[in-house]
Amino acid sequence: MTGQTGAGAEIVLRLDGITKRFGALTANDAISLTLRRGEVVALLGENGAGKTTLMNILFGHYVADEGGISVFGAPLPPGDPSAALRAGIGMVHQHFTLAEQMTVLENIILGTESLLAPRSATATARARILGLGRDFGLEVDPDATITALSVGERQRVEILKALYRDAHILILDEPTAVLTPRETEALFGTLKRLVAGGLSIIFISHKLHEVKAAAGRVVVLRGGRLAGERIAAEATEAELAELMVGSAVPVLEIEPASPGPVLLALDNVSARASRGSQRLVDASLALHAGEITGVAGVSGNGQSVLAGVIEGMVAPDAGRLVVADVPVEAWSPEIALRQGIGRIPEDRHATGMIADMSVTENVVSERYREPRFSRRGLMDWSAARRFAASLIAAYEVKCPSPDMRVRLLSGGNMQKLILGRALDGAPRIILANQPTRGLDVGAVAYVQARLLDARRRGAAILLISEDLDEVLSMADRVVVMSQGRLSRPVARGALSTAEIGAMMAGRNMGATPTGEMVHAA
Amino acid sequence: MEAFEILFQASFWVAAIRIASPLIFATMGELVCERAGVLNLGIEGIMVAGAFAGWMTVYLGGDLWFGVVVAALAGALFGLLHGVLTVPFGLSQHVVGIGVTLFATAITYFTYRVALPQVTSPPKIVSMQPLPIPGLSSIPVVGEALFSQTPLTYLAFLAVGVVAWVMYRTPLGLALRAVGENPAAVEAQGISVSAMRVGAVMAGSALMAVGGSFLTLSAFNSFFFEMVNGRGWVCIALVVFGSWRPGKALLGAILFAAFDAYQIRLQSVTGGLVPYQFFLMLPYILSIAALILVARRATYPKALMIPYQKGER
Repeated sequence: MTGQTGAGAEIVLRLDGITKRFGALTANDAISLTLRRGEVVALLGENGAGKTTLMNILFGHYVADEGGISVFGAPLPPGDPSAALRAGIGMVHQHFTLAEQMTVLENIILGTESLLAPRSATATARARILGLGRDFGLEVDPDATITALSVGERQRVEILKALYRDAHILILDEPTAVLTPRETEALFGTLKRLVAGGLSIIFISHKLHEVKAAAGRVVVLRGGRLAGERIAAEATEAELAELMVGSAVPVLEIEPASPGPVLLALDNVSARASRGSQRLVDASLALHAGEITGVAGVSGNGQSVLAGVIEGMVAPDAGRLVVADVPVEAWSPEIALRQGIGRIPEDRHATGMIADMSVTENVVSERYREPRFSRRGLMDWSAARRFAASLIAAYEVKCPSPDMRVRLLSGGNMQKLILGRALDGAPRIILANQPTRGLDVGAVAYVQARLLDARRRGAAILLISEDLDEVLSMADRVVVMSQGRLSRPVARGALSTAEIGAMMAGRNMGATPTGEMVHAA
Repeated sequence: MEAFEILFQASFWVAAIRIASPLIFATMGELVCERAGVLNLGIEGIMVAGAFAGWMTVYLGGDLWFGVVVAALAGALFGLLHGVLTVPFGLSQHVVGIGVTLFATAITYFTYRVALPQVTSPPKIVSMQPLPIPGLSSIPVVGEALFSQTPLTYLAFLAVGVVAWVMYRTPLGLALRAVGENPAAVEAQGISVSAMRVGAVMAGSALMAVGGSFLTLSAFNSFFFEMVNGRGWVCIALVVFGSWRPGKALLGAILFAAFDAYQIRLQSVTGGLVPYQFFLMLPYILSIAALILVARRATYPKALMIPYQKGER
């Protein structure tokens, strides 16, 4: 590599006083940032701190209200993704933008050739993709269909898309959110090779240890403003966390569990999703009163089938469900609700709420047939509205009226509403599937505190989360899920993150944990 | 036994290919629209408009091929209307499609009445004559069926090849398929989703209109109300039957047309023992059965019928 890299090297990208407002909200407030050749800059901040907005402005998805961007000294026209591409900026979105039924090759060459060309030059493209893969540790079969690839491989395709277009600046938006610890390590290896090859990288994250591991410089955003900038090697995690959150981070205080009887058990249950390839294989699990059982694992390893079996959406092919020592004969979502199972669904937009209906209609959707909301087949809307208003007050939902459409709520407020609906009537069993995904730090703390309240009053809680840190901090016992199988339960703190990471990747699933087992299932 | 022998008659296959021709054009048109993510229910009306525009052009003294071109332009115009309403404006594709069908049909009849206020039976034109390809057309049955047709039928088969080539071999086709799978991916690669989709709907609608014009310029020599008679809806089913692939859709169109040609001949063979309505129904029942068997495993374009709004996720 010729030429200087890192500090003092040529500035490849300059953001100057970027301001972006959405109505009353200022998502970015006069943010300035420089990126030099051959360095990795981490953009650190909570959800809602404005990281993604800033990058979307850079990539032309939004137009900034104030400020400008220059790439290699030339100003970048705002609001034009193709201009950003031509300037050599490549972006790997948090949610991949891949056409899933098409091949790797097709996804990569899309838009790189003239649309009027009489035929695609697939042979040269294939050779180039293989070459890039070898050079940067991004091996993937060019002729594989995207649906056949793992999440880590799909991410490689996204990076290859940018490299294929000769990107000099690569932006990675929360690239590790979907990866196993091992895949994350491989990604960091790739990033090192890329900057050694002269690329400059902006790496967006809210995970402190990753930022320290991968970046040279850390830029911290808080509430849309620049909160500070540090050299990664010199900064401590505590210091970065404080910059990010604004004050010392509250540590989750959890008193030891006092587990009671088993409220729900799965005995050797096997099941299969009606759509897709997810399955549950011979899973046994016991949920005790007053205890949180955490399910760790990369999403897509059967978690939604597990949740589906418990909430009655998926019928098991084998095995049985036991609720409070009584084997279940018939099981459906309706019976599950009657049996006192509170549900926080995995995807609040897809299955949690009906976006175009009102808050009132949504919160009674699980109980509208109860006598308190309907009599002789007629809805008692005033009772329903009172119930909605009581949930809005009790769960601190920011919402002017119970008649508002749910679509207009923020993610955090929508989740609080779902939490209120699920916890209403003090359910004995709570199925919390990804309860904090995509929420900002305040909402996360709120949801977690309410779940801990429920544990305190004796509910049995199943916490499914792809955020390993959340599972390890909240759960009294942890099971790891990989390819549809559940590991044996492990007490909190009995295994290191690395050991659990290995289990998430499907290794050592049956290993006896090094620590003591809390009441064997 | 007579019912079986029909299948070996050259005249039966000639008829089947002729009946298939407008279906092939319109099915390719619908397929192009749907591959780009837009369901075009305007197909029925666009075929009516194409049939009329082509015929009217020739009636007013235009050349037959000029009639085909005018039909294509008329189709593209209705496609532009459909595309603008469904793509940049993101309106419901069902509502717009039905609306375009009603509008295109109505404006066709209106124009017909304004242009020909006095006539009771529609005037005739000199339509396309079969153009047997020397040599090939003398191959028994297959050659006769495929190579003694009108030039517009040859164009239909050529259109399948062109659509397949463009879709699978060119960057344009790649962008077309991708925009029907995941428009965000296309946007992220710097291609305009709106331009791709509106363009696809216009091109597809032009093909549909040419399919309609086949009826007036080649199959018959005049324009009747009710002439298209549900062929557009059949083509929508044929796209599903063909799993959104040009080659399979072509086979589907020929299969359906063969059923249709077969039932006409079967009516005379059974000599009134079975009510003729039963035979009229036959192609539709068989295509529903085939649809159920084939389409269950079909992988449809993932973004079909989902409007794309920039910046929305």
